[in-house]
Amino acid sequence: MSKCKTSSEVGGMGHSVKRKEDARFIRGQGNYVDDVVRPGMVFMDIVRSPYAHAKIKSINTEKALAHPGVAAVITGETLKEYNLHMMPTLMSDTQMVLPIDKVCYQSQEVAAVIGTDRYAVADGIELVEVEYEPLPVVVDPFKATDPDAPIIRDDKEGQESNHIWHWEEGDKEATAEIFNNSDVVVKERIYIPRIHVASIETCGCVSEFDKATGQLTVWMTTQAPHAIRTVLALVAGHVGLQEDKIRVISPDIGGGFGGKVPVYPGYVIAIAASVVTGLPVKWIEDRRENLQADSFARDYHMDCEIAADKDGTLNGLRIKTLADNGYADAAANPSKYPAGMFSICTGSYDFKNAFVEVDGVYTNKPPGGVAYRCSFRVTEAVHAIERMVDMVADEIMMDAAELRMKNFIPKDAFPYHSPTGWEYDSGDYHAALQLAMDNIGYDKLLEEQKEKRERGEFMGIGICSFTEVVGAGPSKDFDILGIKMFDSSEIRIHPTGKAIARFGTKSQGQGHETTYAQIIAEELGIPYTDVSVEEGDTDTAPYGLGTYASRSTPTAGAAAAMACRKIKAKAKKIAAHLLETSEEDLEWEVGKFSVKGVPDKAVTIQDIAFAAYTNHPQGLEAGLEATHYYDPPNLTFPFGSYIAVVDIDSGTGEVKVRRFMAVDDCGNIINPMIVEGQIHGGLTQGLAPALFEEISYDEEGNMTGGSFMEYLVPTAVETPHWETDKTITPSPHHPIGAKGVGESPTVGAPPAIVNAVVDALSHLGVKHIDIPITPEKVWRAIHKKEVA
Amino acid sequence: MAKKSITININGTPRSGEVEDRLLLVHFIRDDCALTGTHIGCDSTHCGACTVLLDGTAVKSCTVLAVQADGREVSTIEGMEGAALHPLQEGFFEEHGLQCGFCTPGMIMSAKHLLDNNPKPNEEEIRCGISGNLCRCTGYQNIVKSVQYASNKIQESESVGGE
Repeated sequence: MSKCKTSSEVGGMGHSVKRKEDARFIRGQGNYVDDVVRPGMVFMDIVRSPYAHAKIKSINTEKALAHPGVAAVITGETLKEYNLHMMPTLMSDTQMVLPIDKVCYQSQEVAAVIGTDRYAVADGIELVEVEYEPLPVVVDPFKATDPDAPIIRDDKEGQESNHIWHWEEGDKEATAEIFNNSDVVVKERIYIPRIHVASIETCGCVSEFDKATGQLTVWMTTQAPHAIRTVLALVAGHVGLQEDKIRVISPDIGGGFGGKVPVYPGYVIAIAASVVTGLPVKWIEDRRENLQADSFARDYHMDCEIAADKDGTLNGLRIKTLADNGYADAAANPSKYPAGMFSICTGSYDFKNAFVEVDGVYTNKPPGGVAYRCSFRVTEAVHAIERMVDMVADEIMMDAAELRMKNFIPKDAFPYHSPTGWEYDSGDYHAALQLAMDNIGYDKLLEEQKEKRERGEFMGIGICSFTEVVGAGPSKDFDILGIKMFDSSEIRIHPTGKAIARFGTKSQGQGHETTYAQIIAEELGIPYTDVSVEEGDTDTAPYGLGTYASRSTPTAGAAAAMACRKIKAKAKKIAAHLLETSEEDLEWEVGKFSVKGVPDKAVTIQDIAFAAYTNHPQGLEAGLEATHYYDPPNLTFPFGSYIAVVDIDSGTGEVKVRRFMAVDDCGNIINPMIVEGQIHGGLTQGLAPALFEEISYDEEGNMTGGSFMEYLVPTAVETPHWETDKTITPSPHHPIGAKGVGESPTVGAPPAIVNAVVDALSHLGVKHIDIPITPEKVWRAIHKKEVA
Repeated sequence: MAKKSITININGTPRSGEVEDRLLLVHFIRDDCALTGTHIGCDSTHCGACTVLLDGTAVKSCTVLAVQADGREVSTIEGMEGAALHPLQEGFFEEHGLQCGFCTPGMIMSAKHLLDNNPKPNEEEIRCGISGNLCRCTGYQNIVKSVQYASNKIQESESVGGE
């Protein structure tokens, strides 16, 4: 969008207006869950398992209960009385809230201590005596289905191994045929390890139950408050919690990134504790609990193969993946997609055919995994394809950019039907890659690399040309626990022309209070500063599935535009009444209706709003408001091309990202400043797993690390200066042509960085390095080859 | 557990309390004084969300005992705004230096410490100066610009004031 339709005062689409929400955040006046204080509030802390797999022989709470300030200790037996010791996961698996007889991962919740303050309950958990009998553990997912592997989920009827599900997409036979008839086949096992969202705010809640009225109010760190309310009503209806008396409030959220989608046991225990004690209960996990027990992301072992011709034509793709789900399948995927949207793995390329299969297994690790800044496994899919395309280029000694250009889906092929069943809405992949190459000076970089290589220096250039799949989603395919994945907007225009708009989504830093107001400004001409946006309170906001997987703009943003159009249709009737003319004689320009050919004869949206309450036409309802539940006809497909340039210190193996050019195309842009900020943040969350972050376990199932000492979230020093640019290819089916952007950079950055590192070392025969690319891995790669 | 009487001057206001020796300064600030702008992100001195100034020096208040601050001056985000926003607050607003806002108060306090000691830092010095504060949303780029904005603004107002 080169030109804005609205003035900067109105601040519609395309204006980089400053964020409305920042007024409270820069003053320290945000209201996060740990800031919530209720009269008589008590605190909760959790006893956690030191073992990855063990029988619980006994739990002795006597000493804890005798400690001053401790009011109660809750165990699995306590919850079992209410049949609340187990809960469903989002994937219709089950998960312990608190155990009765065994634990299945380290740091699993074992008991909870309730008391007068944080310190008393911290003392209390040290005094709960638990006797364990360690059991054999399953850590390696490849050994999970061995005949002698211990069965982790022996609580599940008919569960005779640790295999959970098998899922496949594409044409197996036709793909095999392609592999048989292609000149070149390239194979690699690619591991994308367990990582953690590590939002700076951990998870927690304050639960308050009024015994007299049966009203439950829960302030909690959730990205999906409405869905949580329904889940609570479904799992706790039998103890008297009914949905009309459950109010979930998601206050300001200190970063979510998918980690605040699941229901963690801590929430349920706190809610149960408030119901049992009748007191407001606060539970805030600490960082170690957050890293060690909350849902992980990724953990896909992908056996990838590409079949190609010698000239670089990509023919077929085959991927067989093992998904390590931990103790329970607690992934946050739409119900019908156990492997999420992993089948988008043909990426930006026009393959003749593809076949993808994924098997999920249980291991003695925390359950998951969440879609960390990722539309349900698209990060894994993009990692696989973008690495493999580079491997083909290396194999046939073709330039990686040239190979991509040769195989991109051409822009006139949209809507494009992929071999695994997706309909890509729009794209222009050649333009994005060309822009990235021009901006960074690709040819010059190749020359520089050649010179440096002759001098024995290690420099690499890596490309990633990703295609995203976001905005879940169309109700025919997408639901979570049966609830369709629409989203909603309810807009009321007040008599003075100001508005309040409420949504089923929930910002965690994305700037919804500003961008949604801008959509309304664009549609109705009401200045964005006159529109208040509210989300996160299930008593006031319309029902929606929440914010994750870059779905807010594609779903709730579309709902806002559609609700505005309903309001505009009514406004037109009122305008005709005020101007004493017929609707057909009216035309709209930003913020007002005027009589065609008589521009002076006009009424503004503010005039109309006032009339809606003071002088509405007979036969028309008073008021000016609308609600829309938007069910998208398709997903949106943002894309981009990233180029990373790295320098490697051969002495230490350290990788330095010298330059990084990100060209993104997220369709029409609402607020360029916010979009660019999202890209900076997303790129940094792509840099992190590429070079630094991993959650790993020893053979006993102990997490090696589990604090910020070992889990290396990048600081400002490790983070490079990001260079950004854009192309704009509007979504043809979205009301404002937007696509969603938050996760593109997290998805696209890691393969660009890995490809650059491998490129830097390719003359040594290095074909692939799994992330995170630590200095040790690089050093070994260099020195093993040099020694040989 | 025995309690001690302490008085900490927070943002110019004396705050007294009877506290256990082990009470963390961050809990005194948040729970006892209800100044909730100072956040807790890790309790192990890594994330910096709890950064405050103690006698003018940036410290992580999750690793300082309240009793250690007895009789001393503490500045928190709530004390930054005077008649107008502090240039750092203005900078974070103007340059989109925040997203979720959780790290922001600590980040601003670290940046204040930096600018108090080095009024004209270059980019590398800014990145180093805020390297004890983690941000998961912004990728730091706009935080750097926010600090530069504040640095320039402070220079300008000082040169105007000096004329």
